[in-house]
Amino acid sequence: MKRHWYDYLWIASALYLILGFFNIMFAWLGMLCFMIPLLIAVFGKSKAYCNRYCGRGQLFQLLGGKLKLSRNSEIPRFIKSKTFRYGFLIFFLAMFISMLFNTYLVFAGRELSHKVTLLWTFKLPWHWACHGTVFAPWVVQFAYGFYSIMLTSTLLGVVTMLLFKPRSWCVYCPMGTMTQLICKARNRKELN
Amino acid sequence: MAVVKARRKAIVDKNACVACGCCVKVCPRGAISVFKGVYAAVDIGKCIGCGKCKTACPASVIGIGEVQA
Repeated sequence: MKRHWYDYLWIASALYLILGFFNIMFAWLGMLCFMIPLLIAVFGKSKAYCNRYCGRGQLFQLLGGKLKLSRNSEIPRFIKSKTFRYGFLIFFLAMFISMLFNTYLVFAGRELSHKVTLLWTFKLPWHWACHGTVFAPWVVQFAYGFYSIMLTSTLLGVVTMLLFKPRSWCVYCPMGTMTQLICKARNRKELN
Repeated sequence: MAVVKARRKAIVDKNACVACGCCVKVCPRGAISVFKGVYAAVDIGKCIGCGKCKTACPASVIGIGEVQA
């Protein structure tokens, strides 16, 4: 099959995770993975992001498919249930708002915490990835918070990639669930 | 009387589909597409029932079954 430029976006996704180990400010680039799918869903009324451009999905496909790291077995029924998918989306959004609130607290004067929080619980020291004082503390706090979200979701995705099929993350990906809901709403006339 | 042939085709559980597009990428015939960003739709005329989409689907919502075509 013909390869397109967008079939190599997995490199960007891998690079994003690596760069976060060296300079946390690169975490801001992750906003693209939030904004682009939403914009495509709202204005393009499609899931072209998931279908074509998602570098994370490609990365999981590469690890689980080409490198054969996946068991390639069926995902448990409850993970693909609407209850779990919508529940995980709500949980994810709640954690996102909590991250924004933490950013606000630093903006309001609380001290910046040089930590990456894994799985919303484990605080890892990450001070080496912050250099200098060019940026306001809240800008750096947001970077730490955002990178925490990205690293946590990648970790979950890697675990389900190993256990089930390569792109199992796509089944419960909050962005995927959200864009599908937007597409449902935007195309309701054509769908009926 | 017309002869009705039953052929093996991909069948998608539309309600459970997450519209990720994994099936689209593996289909050798370009017979499957994500309809309006909501579910995968099979072009019965093009589908040869090879089952590649079934294997790729992370949600396991695609089956191969006999469809009258």
